[in-house]
Order: sequence, then structure tokens, then C-alpha cells
Amino acid sequence: MSRVAAAGGAITRAPPAFAITRTRRIDWPPLLLLLPTAISLGSVCVYPILGGLWLSLHNTMLATRENRFVGWLNYRTLAADPDFWSAWRHTLEFTAVSTLAETVIGLGMALLLVEWFPGRGLVRAAMLIPWAMPTVVTSKMFGWLFDGQNGLVNWMLRSLHLIGGNIDWYGSPNTALGTIVIADVWKTAPFMALLLLAGLQTIPGSLLEAARIDGAGAWQAFWRVRLPMLTPILLIAAMFRALDAFRIFDLVYVLTGGGPADSTEVLSTLTYKTLFSALEFGYGSALATAMFATEAAIALCFGILIAHSLRRQER
Amino acid sequence: MVAGLGLRRSGRRNVLFFAGAAAIVLWSAGPFLWQLSTSFQLDRALVSPTPSLIPHPFILQHYLNIFSVKHFQFYVLNSCIVAAATTSLCLGLGAAAAYALARLKLRRRFGLLGLILSVSMFPQIAIVGPLYLLASSLGLLDTYVVLVIIYLALGLPLVIWVLFGYFQTIPEELDEAARIDGAGPLRILLLVIVPLSVPCLVTTGLIAFIAAWNEFMFALAMTSTIAHQTVPVGIANFTNLYYVPWGDIAAASVVVTLPLVLLVLFFQRRIIEGLTQGAVKE
Repeated sequence: MSRVAAAGGAITRAPPAFAITRTRRIDWPPLLLLLPTAISLGSVCVYPILGGLWLSLHNTMLATRENRFVGWLNYRTLAADPDFWSAWRHTLEFTAVSTLAETVIGLGMALLLVEWFPGRGLVRAAMLIPWAMPTVVTSKMFGWLFDGQNGLVNWMLRSLHLIGGNIDWYGSPNTALGTIVIADVWKTAPFMALLLLAGLQTIPGSLLEAARIDGAGAWQAFWRVRLPMLTPILLIAAMFRALDAFRIFDLVYVLTGGGPADSTEVLSTLTYKTLFSALEFGYGSALATAMFATEAAIALCFGILIAHSLRRQER
Repeated sequence: MVAGLGLRRSGRRNVLFFAGAAAIVLWSAGPFLWQLSTSFQLDRALVSPTPSLIPHPFILQHYLNIFSVKHFQFYVLNSCIVAAATTSLCLGLGAAAAYALARLKLRRRFGLLGLILSVSMFPQIAIVGPLYLLASSLGLLDTYVVLVIIYLALGLPLVIWVLFGYFQTIPEELDEAARIDGAGPLRILLLVIVPLSVPCLVTTGLIAFIAAWNEFMFALAMTSTIAHQTVPVGIANFTNLYYVPWGDIAAASVVVTLPLVLLVLFFQRRIIEGLTQGAVKE
């Protein structure tokens, strides 16, 4: 420890020599250390995004080997494509409902876990199971739990006399999207809870203590102290969740494949099918770009909300 | 300290707490336990009118099936290779980048960090088409290499972010001391920073490993044969012609999830710290 202190002292005593070495080796090392990352992200993320924009202006079809520049044609087709708008609506519905449910349930779990009780570590550990499980496995697992004939959920609901007969959860257009929402909430609400728990733990205990002395009950303390303090983190976590929910692919593709009767078709699955089943790379890229634009709009809305809540907190 | 409100907890409140905690555990672990139980049950027992949590009779048939009939071991091997390669590259490149961002005099470092992070937020479906064409023209379709290259880029932002946060907690005097001894940035990184960051590197690596292990869409698009397909693709394709083999699927789920669950339970505290760091900081 004392050696470190001595070294620190030596630095403060000799700034000129240090400044000279800095200027001589101008910024090369940091740039070299960042170079591999730049190459990786540049070639796998930036280049394909630009390539996708370019492709979306072409009528590229792998099947017919067509590849002609067509300008905005794909976007005009898209604007009049009922399949696109239906998928767009499903995706937004799914995003809104699942993000809201995950935030509310996650907040409930976090408020419980912020209090100490014996075995809390165990509970927190169990909450990582849904996060660690491959989404494809989650999908199959819910396929089995919600199976229309022998699923455990149907059996439990029947035993409790909540339903008369079996429900074909993801086999019927009325309940399929809801089943996918349930599976997504299962998988991500605990993770949301852990994020919010971390946020709750940064709220100083003295504030809550002060509220208690002023006669606030737990309910008031939540609305007056915890929730206002937590709002920015809540919004940031919800934004990440919403952006992630918006690109849902695995759950839908494996559980329903977009069916029945396209009732669960979302933008990612529609785009994937356009790319890899129809092999229409031009139109598929236009779909992806439209998705990108919607995602940017969602991020912007949350960005404004977050900035607003931060400013209010500073006041 | 934080639990100021819970200081005078009554008996009834305690009961409520334990009920809530039990509900969370049941919610999180319940479905997986049912999957575990399913994997040991006869197909006949699975379709009986009253399901039973305790397998009776207890059988290993489904595990034999997935390995001997469905060759599940090949998918597992592919996934191990891809995820291990991705993890080591992620840690190597990520540590270098995080060190540059955390320590070296770099203008606009937070701008750069934000840029790197924002890359992980766009819809991944937007890049799969162009990447497919690129991989196809380079002859990289259905190889490990293409998956590792893609997963590396997808994993790097989070790895850099977590390592960046950790590196900032290491006292800067330590590398100043090494610098005075004449060490360059790379040597400082390898000889000072990395040895001090082993716990963080292990958990960050675990996060990157899980992400690569679980990825589905790119694996589905880029690979086409059992020689390179990974576990999620294998499981997604687990269907028989006339019925859904729930028992086999459950066995495969257990095989690919149980190791992750055990690792996660073991490292849970550090993983939670790493993953929630962003929420706590800003």
C-alpha cells in the first residue's frame, strides 16, 4: 500500500517529464487497443446495416437472381402490405403489454427483495434461472406447459374449476399472442426485478427513515420516496426491455412459427421468412429498415421521458 | 440499513414475506422443475389424465433417445466450440478496448462507449440478410467461423461495458507505478490489470458464454447441417412427424440448461453485480 502511495507521490512531483512522453506517443496505444473492436463491430454491425439500407432499394431475389435498383419501390409496396401492418401491430402490442407486465411484476419482486429476510440470496439465485435458460428451451418448455391436450396449465386450471374444458393456448388465434406474452414475462420479469433491486438499493435508507418518522406508512413511502427516486432507472430498464421485446424472434418462431392464421406473426419472424423462405432479400431489407425506424422511434420516446424525469429529479 | 421500513416486522408481515418469496422461487424454478420431471417420465405417463410431479416409473429412455437416435452430442459439441471461442475472443478484445476506454487519455471516451453500446440495441434481424450474403460470397456459410465472428460482435458491447466499470474501480496508482517502471499499455494491461480482474473476467466470460450458447436466429440462418448447427437449432428441430416428443425435448432442455443453471447459481452474486452495474451507475 505504501509503495502505491509513494508512486502516486512521485507522479505528482514530476508532471513535465510525463507530459512529454504523452505527446511523443500520441494516442496510438489506445487506438490500437480499440482497433480489433472497431473492426469487429464495423464489419458485423455497421457494414450490414448500411448494406441493408442499400439492399432495400433493390429488387434482389436469390431465387430468380434478380438484382436491379428500384428506388423506393419496396417501401411503397410495404406501405400497402397488409401482412406488414398486421405484424407491425402485433409487435407493438406484444412490446407494450409485455414491457408493462414485466416492469410491474419486476417492481413487485424488487420491493419484496429489498427487505432483508433469511434465504434472500437463494431467492435471488433462483431468479437467474429464467435468464440463463436458452430462449428456444423456454419456448419448448411453454409449449409443453401450455399444451392444448396434456399441458400442466390446462390441468391445473381444470382442477381449480377455472375452466371447463381444455384451452388450445397457442393453437388458437385468440390466445396465442397472450401465451407468448406469458412466456416472455416469465423469462424476463425476474431479470427486470434484479435491475430494479439494484436501483432501489441506491436509495439512501435515511430518506426512508425520515419518511417513517414523519408518519408515512410503507404504502406512502413507496409513492412519495421510492417511486420518484426510482423513476429514471425504471424508465431506462423499461426502455431496454421494450427495445429487446420489439425484436422478439426465438419465442414466436419456435412456439407458433407466426401462426395460427398469422395471429402471432411479428416483424422479426415476417422479415426472416421474407429473407430465408421467399428469398426476397430486397423486400426483406425494406422490412428490416422499417423495423429499425420503429425501434428508433421507441428509443426516442423513452429518451425524452428519461431526460424529463432526470430533470425533474434534479429540481 | 436499507430495510428501514421492515425493522418492526410483525408476524403476519413475516408470513406475507415468505409467501412472496416462495411465489418468486416457484415462478422462477417451477417450470424448469416440471421439465426435469418430464424428462424422466414415460410418454404414456405424460399423457395420463392426472400428471404427476414424481416420475413413476423413473426412466432414462429420453436421455438415451436424444443421444443415440437424435445425435444430440454433436449439437452440444458445436455449441461448446462456438461458445468457447466466442468467449475467449470477447474477453481478449473486450479487455483491450475497456482498458483503452477506462485508462488511456482518449478524447470523447464516453461518446465512444455510448456508440459501442448503442450497437447492441438495433434489431438483429436488420443485419442477418446482408451478413448472409457476405458469408455466402466468402464461402463461410455453415462454418464455426461465421458464428464466432457474429457472436463476438454481439457480445463485445456488454463485455466492454462491464469490464470498463470494473477497471475503473482498480486504483490508477497501480498502473502509474508500472508505467514509471517502463511498462507500456499492453504490458500494464496484461501484468497489472488482468491479474486483478480475474473474478470479473470469469463472470463476464460466463455472461458472454451464455449469450453465445443461447443464440438462435443467426445459428438458424448461417448453419444448415448437424456438422455446425448449435444446440438451440437442434432443439428447435426436435419434432417427430406424428407427435411432439415432449419427453425427449425435456431431456434435451435439461442437458443444455442444467450446466448453465449450476454455473449461474454458483456465480450469482457476481453475475447480478455485473449485469446491473449500468442501472446503478447512471
